[in-house]
Amino acid sequence: MGWEPKIVVIACNWCTYAAADLAGSLRYSYPPTAHIIRVPCSGRVEPEFIVKALINGADAVLIGGCHPGDCHYRSGNYKALRRFKLLKRVLEELGIEEERIRLEWISGSEAKKFAEVITELDAKIRELGPNPIKRGV
Amino acid sequence: MGKPKIAYYLAGGCGGCDISLVDLSEFLIDVVTAVDIVFFAPTLLDVKYKDFEALPDGSIEVGFWSGNVRNKEHEHMAKTMRRKCKTLIAYGICASLGGIKGLVNLYTNQELLEKAYRDTFSTDNPTGELPSPKVTVDGKYELELPELTEVRTLGQVVEVDYLIGGCPPHYEQVKKALIALLEGKLPPPGSWITMGHAVCEICKRNPVLKGKSKEITTEVKRIIEGELEEERCLLEAGYLCLGPVTQGDCGASCLKVNIPCRGCGGPIPEVSDFGLRAINMIASVLENEELVDKIEDPLHLFYRYSLPGSMLGGRIKK
Repeated sequence: MGWEPKIVVIACNWCTYAAADLAGSLRYSYPPTAHIIRVPCSGRVEPEFIVKALINGADAVLIGGCHPGDCHYRSGNYKALRRFKLLKRVLEELGIEEERIRLEWISGSEAKKFAEVITELDAKIRELGPNPIKRGV
Repeated sequence: MGKPKIAYYLAGGCGGCDISLVDLSEFLIDVVTAVDIVFFAPTLLDVKYKDFEALPDGSIEVGFWSGNVRNKEHEHMAKTMRRKCKTLIAYGICASLGGIKGLVNLYTNQELLEKAYRDTFSTDNPTGELPSPKVTVDGKYELELPELTEVRTLGQVVEVDYLIGGCPPHYEQVKKALIALLEGKLPPPGSWITMGHAVCEICKRNPVLKGKSKEITTEVKRIIEGELEEERCLLEAGYLCLGPVTQGDCGASCLKVNIPCRGCGGPIPEVSDFGLRAINMIASVLENEELVDKIEDPLHLFYRYSLPGSMLGGRIKK
């Protein structure tokens, strides 16, 4: 079997995870390469999580959080955005393609957006090929 | 039982860690009389590699290694030191995490050689000669240079028993470590020899220690900008200080002279990647995301001392 992308989706419990759930209920289809991990809030996501996922075999990491102003914990998504922007600058300099990490605001009602983002990311990663920093997998 | 034997080796380092030992001043005399220094290369003793290699394995009590592992000679010596020493200590941040010279991992060795021997403005090298591992001089003298590798930490080459941070380690920390060694009161193998507190916890500028709460950072400044208020937390004032995630065995030395912490002490306990944790911390304290764009050269700021020891280890080479 040929190479298939592996996309790790770290989804906030209140918005993006709900969107993924709704996408299932509404029977929207999206590529099966997405592996969803639920976290309480996008503000819980540390840069280590993203890099660890990439090293351990993910070809892309998507962080999903609530839209600005909608965070269940008031400011977790803003914190996620700051961390993500800073991490992205450093990872780009270290030679990781910027398309491999992505942050999206997907609310609980945006099941369609969730399916679209995954589909788009999957296509992009197929174009880029396997992630070069995978180790021992 | 005779005096415990000690070995010391300086690999890819600058000798600053050796100077830190000298900074022990009178205390060093007590140490030197209590131990038997059998190997101290290349700075102090003229013991040849072959004589060192001839010593029985495990015959040396403690080995100190300063500097990172940058070439085949270092690699060979790391393995030799490991065999000869019962306890091996990565002494200083270069040995522990790669150090400032570990930033060479952002480039290939070819790029670095080209830069140093051909491209720099002041270089006079008309034939474009580059150092090569083997060279014959005057048609008859064979000279060999150790082959360059990527920078690795000592722990990436051999098993290391203890790590000591700092660039260089503060002499008070060295003193504590030596006392612990001589008295046999060491933490479990594999740990950092540290007091386990962040720089902030001992920094006089920390507002929390003065009963106030910490304010968020509303601007980002370089250290050449603005005027520093005495006793104000540098992070609050907009100078990106890595004190919150760095071991404070230095006694917050830099902060005492108005310089923000750059993280040479190594990560506080339970941190697997210093740079990523520093990104995490700095991004968390900034007021808004526009400030992130104002940070100049984040890679060198956050990974200044720890790139080879980080999860990625350097730039991805394709």
